[in-house]
Amino acid sequence: MSTKALKEIKCELVVVGGGPAGMAAAVAAYEEGLRDILILERDDNLGGILRQCIHNGFGLHRFGEELTGPEYAYRYEKMVREYGIPFMTDTMVTSISEDRVVTAQNSKEGIFKIHAGAVVLAMGCRERPKGALNIAGHRPAGIYTAGTAQKFVNMKGYMPGKEVVILGSGDIGLIMARRMTLEGAKVKAVCELMPYSGGLARNIEQCLNDFGIPLMLSHTVVEIHGNDRLTGVTIGKVDEMRRPIPESFEYIPCDTLLLSCGLIPENELTKDAGISLDRITNGAVVDGERETEIPGVFACGNVLHVHDLVDYVSEEASIAGKAAVRFIRGEGAKNVNIPILADGQIRYTVPQKITEITPTRVYFRVADVYRDRKVTVTCGDEVLYQKKKQKLAPGEMETVELSADMIANAEKIGKALEFKLV
Amino acid sequence: MKRELTCIVCPRGCQLACELDDKGAIISVEGNICPRGKTYAVNECTNPQRVVTSTVRCKDGEVVSCKTSTTIPKGMMFDVMKAINTTLAENNVKIGDVIIKNVLGTGADVVATSNR
Amino acid sequence: MRDVVIVGAGVIGGAIARELSKYKLDVTIVEKCSDVAMGATRANSAIVHAGFDAKEGSLKAKMNVRGSKMMKKFAEELGVKYKRNGSLVVGFSEEDRATLLDLKKRGEINGVEGLRVIDREEILKLEPSIGEKVTVALHAPTGAIICPYELCMACVGNAMDNGVELKLNFDVKKIEKHDGYYTVYSDNDSVSAKYVINCAGVYSDEIAKMVADDSFTVFPRRGEYMLLDKECGKLVSHTIFRCPSKMGKGILVSPTVDGNLLLGPTAENIEDKEDKSTTAKGLANVRMQASEQVSGINFGKIITSFTGLRSVGSTGDFIINENDGFINCAGIESPGLSSAPAIAEYVRELLVSAGAVLENKESFVAKRRPMHYFKECSDEEKNAIIKENPAYAHIICRCEMVSEGEIVEAIHTNPGARDVDAVKRRTRSGMGRCQGGFCSPYVVEILARELGVAYTDITKFGGESYINIGKTKEV
Repeated sequence: MSTKALKEIKCELVVVGGGPAGMAAAVAAYEEGLRDILILERDDNLGGILRQCIHNGFGLHRFGEELTGPEYAYRYEKMVREYGIPFMTDTMVTSISEDRVVTAQNSKEGIFKIHAGAVVLAMGCRERPKGALNIAGHRPAGIYTAGTAQKFVNMKGYMPGKEVVILGSGDIGLIMARRMTLEGAKVKAVCELMPYSGGLARNIEQCLNDFGIPLMLSHTVVEIHGNDRLTGVTIGKVDEMRRPIPESFEYIPCDTLLLSCGLIPENELTKDAGISLDRITNGAVVDGERETEIPGVFACGNVLHVHDLVDYVSEEASIAGKAAVRFIRGEGAKNVNIPILADGQIRYTVPQKITEITPTRVYFRVADVYRDRKVTVTCGDEVLYQKKKQKLAPGEMETVELSADMIANAEKIGKALEFKLV
Repeated sequence: MKRELTCIVCPRGCQLACELDDKGAIISVEGNICPRGKTYAVNECTNPQRVVTSTVRCKDGEVVSCKTSTTIPKGMMFDVMKAINTTLAENNVKIGDVIIKNVLGTGADVVATSNR
Repeated sequence: MRDVVIVGAGVIGGAIARELSKYKLDVTIVEKCSDVAMGATRANSAIVHAGFDAKEGSLKAKMNVRGSKMMKKFAEELGVKYKRNGSLVVGFSEEDRATLLDLKKRGEINGVEGLRVIDREEILKLEPSIGEKVTVALHAPTGAIICPYELCMACVGNAMDNGVELKLNFDVKKIEKHDGYYTVYSDNDSVSAKYVINCAGVYSDEIAKMVADDSFTVFPRRGEYMLLDKECGKLVSHTIFRCPSKMGKGILVSPTVDGNLLLGPTAENIEDKEDKSTTAKGLANVRMQASEQVSGINFGKIITSFTGLRSVGSTGDFIINENDGFINCAGIESPGLSSAPAIAEYVRELLVSAGAVLENKESFVAKRRPMHYFKECSDEEKNAIIKENPAYAHIICRCEMVSEGEIVEAIHTNPGARDVDAVKRRTRSGMGRCQGGFCSPYVVEILARELGVAYTDITKFGGESYINIGKTKEV
């Protein structure tokens, strides 16, 4: 076999992933004046997972109107195209080194390397697979994650099944309940292990209640039936320890089980690059600029932490894109190092640390459903921020705006910023 | 008469407590944090409306995503689906193209939401 | 008229077919499923046992020790990954120590080399994550790991490359004995041959009954397993068995050749030969035992759980015999995988004593290209392949980095994949952390295209295991 050395090119900013995060980061970098940008997208077009999210509800914050997923993605695709930002589709990044050498491959170029001035990680997230749930019983066909079913129905035009049970009340599961119903399937139940839904209230209303689909809280699937194709599931109520209660077991005939049990950031490249991950978010640990441990490598969107709204993905990506440009230009001024701690009721924050005295929006999620609490930020004995909240739920991302003064103050105190609910 | 609603106008999903008269008309709405919530409540109690999003098959057998350009009466969702399901779009349909004009007289068009 | 028909394309049927393909014989394998390796071969512990387990003098002991010695070269020729990682049988008490010493003695009589009983201090040097309460272990350096279905596919593939015929979806319903030959029938097909080799796993007693042989029965023993993400594959390097006790043989914790961590199996005798279900109780048992044997198993990283059915024969030993040209290979439970190459030789001898004339086939090619050769290439070598066929650069499975080229190849290389699980077993596509969430819609598309069938015809694993029931707008 004759072998040739790999093609190596240089690029100031490489963006890994051409979904809403990647495109927004690239657009922001372009608007800062950077021109030498390359977006690498593994699918055959820009847009990422939004391409199959054909329902509406996107863009109210970002564009002030309600768009469907593909429309939202197209807004950014149009900007990318109009600005002439270079992108490669059907291109898979296989590794990123500590010195920002990105190895990628596609059918046209084969395997090649890009020496990048800065890298923005925007690979998105994936669904939690069924194995992790460890349901007893058979392993027939007819069990899909909600996103896989969404791809079959919305992109390929095929129906995975006709009688459906959904496990998990994440938003994709709720959306698919409506989608399958509209396409003629009978959705018999949505089971949720927790006593509350992880999905948005509006989706429970318009995707389940509109169609009379029961949401069974504190319920799970305990057994799968069927040799070749799924023939039914046994569901049951769970106690406070989330253990199934045998007296409550009920058999539901169905040919399809959809799993909507949460999303996990897709950080294989990040890990391989040697960047350590936050154990709660499963994304990189970043500062306010969304810069990871490796200088010049930034992360944004669902690869960093799973967002509830794409509008926030775009917002965060824009921060990362701009910061990458500053890094390339040698303008990044890191003059402080203030860790942010979450009390456990607040599960995590992004960023996890602050390295610059500048107004910073901190995103966070809570661990449980809480009512009438105060979101509080302290540093040492000093309360820097406090705001009342009627209701906080794990499904919804919250934010706190930290002013430059607060951060300067924390720097003076010399302690971590503590985020808590009181 | 009281009625509890979840507002679906935006992702916040406000819980609305509505007070209705005996004809079903809204007397008062509480729980909304913006005026759109009140409008939603009024509509929901008198003439509930929804946007339908779906796919439509193109002549070459592939599917393309589509939506109703405005809301349609909630009770007509399956009728609109039937209309969509029996329509074939052009193979080169582009985002925003009208696939069905004024679907079932609702005043809403079915438009493509992605490019082929 | 064929010379030999082999019933069942598991690892035993496969190894025999491969052995017979060295000779000028017309051989047909009939298999009731839509792929090879669908019975016990698909779901077992993936272990090449050293050979201390089986009773001295038994066929199991002989086949195991011989097979284990043959396996390295056998696997190498067939391009199958094999790793001699050694095994530890761990004990928790003085009673266990006595059992381990007995095992050691038995192993030595069986001819197993290098066996040692070691104490905690030395165990810790070999396996720092060993369970806290483990005090003693039997170390067997010749224990190894291998992928059983890969071995089976390679055997059948190599046999086919050397002229053996494979008939899938051939469920044997009837066998007729004529003067000097047999005819094996499915519902819609038949094959006649001078010799029949019954390798039908849990169904081998039913096949034997078709020729009025009811000298044995076979029942299924359920074994439940959990497979953990590759992140956990380095937790142990040896296969960690549990010392057999009154409670039974116990489970193992083992790395796999592909780098995952495998836990299991339970052992439960059942009646239904198709019941491959997992149970909450069984999986809880696996969890409990595994945690005692090895510390720090991250059960949050389970990517799948599954059940295998081992075929347990009524005699307690392997049942391998010949009568009037009909050969049984039944009751091949553990250490069946380890024994496969030796059983193939043994069956060849039985065939000769039954009167078959074996003449070497000059055209026989022993070597098979490794199934995962592309993955082993350097980037530069890959680029040369990509230049010839760009599909090798198009990644379909992101978790395991499987390209379209590799999937197409799996469909067109003997024995060709016909369904999504078959592609998965050959390429690992869908076997990673997302378990096919991303890639299965594409794999379905490639299968439909390459096989020239409709998208909705593609199944997960044959039969009625359809993935889609129809088109939207039409269902």
